Amino acid sequence: MNLRTPLSRVLNHGAAGEGVGHWWQQRVSALALAPLSLWLALSLLPMPTRNYAAVTAWIGMGVHPVLLSLTVLLAFWHAWLGIQVVVEDYVPRAGVKTALLLLCGFAAGLLAACGVYAVLRIALRPLT
Amino acid sequence: MPERPVSPHVTVYKWTYTMTLSILHRVSGLALCIALIALVSWLLAAAAGPAAYAAAMLVLASLPVKILIAIALLALSFHFANGLRHLAWDAGWGFERAQARRSAAVVVAVALLAALAAVLLMFWTGPVSR
Repeated sequence: MNLRTPLSRVLNHGAAGEGVGHWWQQRVSALALAPLSLWLALSLLPMPTRNYAAVTAWIGMGVHPVLLSLTVLLAFWHAWLGIQVVVEDYVPRAGVKTALLLLCGFAAGLLAACGVYAVLRIALRPLT
Repeated sequence: MPERPVSPHVTVYKWTYTMTLSILHRVSGLALCIALIALVSWLLAAAAGPAAYAAAMLVLASLPVKILIAIALLALSFHFANGLRHLAWDAGWGFERAQARRSAAVVVAVALLAALAAVLLMFWTGPVSR
């Protein structure tokens, strides 16, 4: 005798209802990155003329570490979503595709962590 | 997997410049991934101390890398402008063919001008200090 209800047998076997999740995350991260990337690009333009002390002071100043960490995290998240689509579209072989996706995902995570670590290390240096 | 017939797609259509912008959005996105790696390297160099930062700036100030930075700025200005165009489409605006062609021209013009201004600001505002 099967005690499972008809409802429990059909639940979780159909569409997950998350089909647009990837698409939606890409748009939302794009929307957030629009002002952040503009701010970062404009801020980085004068960096070649600044010395080390001025550059690190700028990175650690006020809300800059927060915005920098946020920009790095969102940029890698947005990049990862984009790379996924490109790899899925242009790499036909299943094994290569999975390997490449894993590699890109891990690389994006590692680089994002490195970026946040660098920003925090500069921002949290003891004042001399 | 067995070879199965594939319905003709991209190659059967007459190429229009809006299609060029579409593929350039992906290309510029991939270019920006490499620019992101450069950004993280620059931040790590700054975190590592003055000596590491000076070494990184020496690399960044070399001509081949300057050209790559200029390409990255162009990729950013294009991906930014065309990204706003995509977001406008997603909101339901500008989907008519004439509108899409006009916005494509605007995106190309804005991207080129912004990239030119950015390159001039970055490289001709003064000496590169160590």
